[in-house]
Parts: sequence; structure tokens; C-alpha cells
Amino acid sequence: MILLQLFLTFFEIGAFTFGGGYAMLPMIRQEVLTKGWMTKEQIVDFIAVSESTPGPFAVNVSTYIGARCAGFPGAVAATLGVVLPSFIVILLVAKVFDKFRKNRLVEGCMSGLRPAVVGLIGSAIISIALSLFTGVDSTKILITAAILAGSILLLEKVRLHPILIIVIGAIAGIACGLAGML
Amino acid sequence: MIPLIQREVVTRKKWLSEKDILDVVAIAESTPGPIAVNAATFVGYRVAGFGGAAAATFGVILPSFLIIFVLSFILRQFENARIVKYAFFGIRASVLALVIHACITMFRAIDKNAVSMLIIAGALLSVTIFDINVLFVILAAAAIGLVCTLSTGAGKEADR
Repeated sequence: MILLQLFLTFFEIGAFTFGGGYAMLPMIRQEVLTKGWMTKEQIVDFIAVSESTPGPFAVNVSTYIGARCAGFPGAVAATLGVVLPSFIVILLVAKVFDKFRKNRLVEGCMSGLRPAVVGLIGSAIISIALSLFTGVDSTKILITAAILAGSILLLEKVRLHPILIIVIGAIAGIACGLAGML
Repeated sequence: MIPLIQREVVTRKKWLSEKDILDVVAIAESTPGPIAVNAATFVGYRVAGFGGAAAATFGVILPSFLIIFVLSFILRQFENARIVKYAFFGIRASVLALVIHACITMFRAIDKNAVSMLIIAGALLSVTIFDINVLFVILAAAAIGLVCTLSTGAGKEADR
């Protein structure tokens, strides 16, 4: 049953991903692609949608996929699934909070998880890059490379807000499209 | 979202002290799930027990839920329009830049030693080349970190 499957998949994602921002992206990506709920392009497009709307990426993507697969009940099932592990774990941790914070076991696990997240996001980057740069003509490759390089420069040097980066990308895409380059 | 939570919870509502907020961040980052959801649940629990935790969690997800739910139908209407396709062609390159930027930022924040470099390389290769399930990579990395921390003894307590 689709509602149960949505709930369980996002429960697993909520229970086993750590960290903020895109730390949850690699696992969400793998699960969603395996289940056939979204294509590679749709995931990338949705990252843009999520950046431009409030709320954590994991919550946004669960609501979106739930709604697309099974309407309102699907959105509720998926969102509930992704949030429930946080809720349960925090309730448990809050009770033993002082012990938890200085716990060597917790610190040990985190010291392995932090670099793993960097590597996992690296693998997501490679796979997104492959889907953007393969199977398209050289004009598209050049435009994509130019937008990519410009965006990284603006993020790292000028520290421009992510939403502005997305807006600039959209304008560049529309301009190239209307100029007949796409 | 953490600075926003801080302003509301500490400065305006005075539910928690400045020092408590650091604990909230530490807990939210070292438990599974989205940091904002973890932080909200924790603040809710500290202020008003189970009911507070439930209310705060519900409150933090409701806006995104409603916005994305409505948006999921609007997006479907327009995703085949020519101009939207052009826009998303450009946006995809921007998004790749955002993810690369996030990865660089996280890389800067971690301790750099032989073990963490090996974990980065291991995680990257096992998913990219061998297509191993991300869940296994996460569990293995936690286990390696645990073993390394425990085996280095109590002398490095203040490592981080």
C-alpha cells in the first residue's frame, strides 16, 4: 500500500540521516530514485524549489513526493514519517540530556558521521554533474559550465544568498532559451 | 534556521538561556533528522514537556507542509511550459553550485586527520562506484568513528 510505503521510506530517511542542509540529500536521492518516485532532473529541480521556500529540505521533499504519489493522505504519511524519528529520539534524549551531550559513544559516532556526510554529498555532486553534462550538445554544456562557475564564485567570494543564485540561474536559462541556444 | 530560533526563544520569549541554546544546537546536530525539527522538539520539551514537544514539532513543519502541498499542484501545471523549462535548465546548474558550496562548507568544519579523510574517500567511492546503500555507509562510518574514538583512550577528551 502506497501510504504505508511512503511512511516507512521517509521514516527510515528521518531515522538514519544526520546534519543539516544537504546532509540528508544522498539518502533521500537514493531512496527516491530506487522507488521511481522522481527522476534525477526532478530531484535537482526540487532542490531549487526547496531553497526558495521556508522549511527543512527533508520535510519539503517528503511533503512534495507524498502529495505527488497519493495526494493529501500521501503528503501527511510521508511528512509524518520523516518527522517521527526526530520526535521520538529527542524525547528520549531530552530526559538524559546532560549524559548524552558529553557521551563518548555519541561523540565517537559523530566523528565518523561528519566526514561520511561530506563523502556522500560528494557522490551526489558527481551524479548530478554527470546528468547535467552527459548526453547534451556542446552549447548546453558550455552554458551549464558558465552558470555553474559563476554561481560558485558568487557563493564563495560574494557570499550571495542561495535564492539569488537560483534567480540568476533562472534568468540566465530563460535568456539563453529565448536567444534560441537551448 | 538556528539564529532565528535563538532570537525567538531566547531574546523574545525568554524560554531558554543563551547557554541552553548551545545545548539545543549540539543535541539537534547529533541526533537523526532535520536540525530545525530536532531543535523545535527539544525546545518544546524543555519548556512544556511532551505536549510542548508535540506542539513545537507540529508548528515547525506546518508552514512548509502547507506551502509545498499547494506548490506541488501549481508546479505540475507549469512544468511543461517552455519558459519554465528554460528557467529550470539554468537553475539546475545553480543548484549544483549550491550543493558544491554546502559540501565545501561542511568539509571546512570537520577535523582533518587520516581517519576522516579515509571515511570521506570511502563514502564517496562506495556510493559512486559500487552503488552501496547509503544506510550501510552511514552505519559503517558511525562504527568506525566509535572504534577510533574509544581506542584512542581518554586522553583526547577535549578533542573538539
